[in-house]
Amino acid sequence: MHHVLINEERCKGCLLCTVACPKEVLEQSARFNQQGYKVVEVARQDDCTACAACARICPDFAIRVFRKKSAKPKGAKGEQA
Amino acid sequence: MTSINLAALQQEGYTEVATLPEVLADRPMHYCPGCHHGIAHRLVAEALEELGQVERTICVSSIGCSVFIYNYMHLDTVEAPHGRAAAVATGVKRARPDAFVFTYQGDGDLASIGLAESMHCANRGEKLSIVFINNTVYGMTGGQMAPTTLPGQKTTTSPGGRCASTEGLPLKMAEIMAGLGGVAYSARVATTSLKRIVEAKKAIKAAFQCQIDGRGFGFVELLSACPTNWRMTPLQANERVEKELIPYFPLGVFKDDANDPACSVSGGDS
Repeated sequence: MHHVLINEERCKGCLLCTVACPKEVLEQSARFNQQGYKVVEVARQDDCTACAACARICPDFAIRVFRKKSAKPKGAKGEQA
Repeated sequence: MTSINLAALQQEGYTEVATLPEVLADRPMHYCPGCHHGIAHRLVAEALEELGQVERTICVSSIGCSVFIYNYMHLDTVEAPHGRAAAVATGVKRARPDAFVFTYQGDGDLASIGLAESMHCANRGEKLSIVFINNTVYGMTGGQMAPTTLPGQKTTTSPGGRCASTEGLPLKMAEIMAGLGGVAYSARVATTSLKRIVEAKKAIKAAFQCQIDGRGFGFVELLSACPTNWRMTPLQANERVEKELIPYFPLGVFKDDANDPACSVSGGDS
C-alpha cells in the first residue's frame, strides 16, 4: 500500500489534486487549517497507485507521495523511476 | 503527525515519488488557492535541474504576481522594471555569456507593457529563454483587462466584457514569437492536468535547450488559471482553461528549429 502525506498547513484547499487523481483517493475534509482553508484528506489510501499526479499538480507542494517497494525477490532492483 | 509518519515510512522501505527539486525553496507561497504559478515554478525548477543549469542560472523576474519568484527559487535573480525583463535579460546575457538566463513573465508584463522589449529581444535572437504565464488578466493589480483577455470576458476594466471592435482581439504571443526570425523555439502549453504538465515540462526543457546549444531565443507560453480575478473556484477556473482558453489559444509547438532546418537562425551574432 502506498502512502500520500498531506501538509495541511500548506494546503490551500484548491482541490486540483482531487480531479488530478485517477483513483479519487483524495477529497475535501471538514477540517480547516490555520489559514482558514478547508484542506484535502486521503479518503481511500488503499486505492493509491503512487502515480504522484496529485503531488505534481499541487501548486503549493503540499503533497508527498511514497511508493512502497514491491515484494520482489532481492536482486530484481531498478523498477521505480 | 507528518514528521512521525515520515520517519516511520522511510524505515519501512518507502521511497518518495516526484520529490521536489532542490532549487525550489520549501516555504509557503503567497499565490491564491488554485493559481498555476506554483506548478509553473516547479516545472521550471525541474527543467533547470535536469539540464544541469542551476549553478549558472540567472533569473530575471518581472512585475506581477510572480514578482517574488526569488523567494521561491534558490537562484540569483535580477528584478526588472515592469515589462523590461527581456531587455534586462539581454544585458545580463551579453555581460555574462556563460550564464544561463531566463525570464519569468506574466501577460500584462510581457504582452502589454513590455511588448516592444519582448519582441525586439526575440527578433534579435538573443540567446535566452522566456517563460510566459498567460492567465488573460492583470492578476496582481486586481484583474484588469490584459492584451490576452478573451472577447466577452468581464474584467474590472471591461465590465461589459471585452469588445473586439473597440479593444481588439487577444494577442497570441506564441504564434507572434514564432513568426520572428531570431526565435529558435516557440510553444504554448497548459498545466491543467498531469498529461498537460508532462507536455509543458517537455516544452520548457526544449526552450531552455535552445539557449544551452546557442541556437537562439526560446519561448514558452503557459496557459494559467486565475481563480481570484476570474471570480471562480479553482476547479471552475481549471475547467475554463480547458473549455475557453485552449480553443482560442491552441496548444502546440509553433516553431522548433531543431526539427526544421529551414528556420534555423543564421547570423545575428555580434
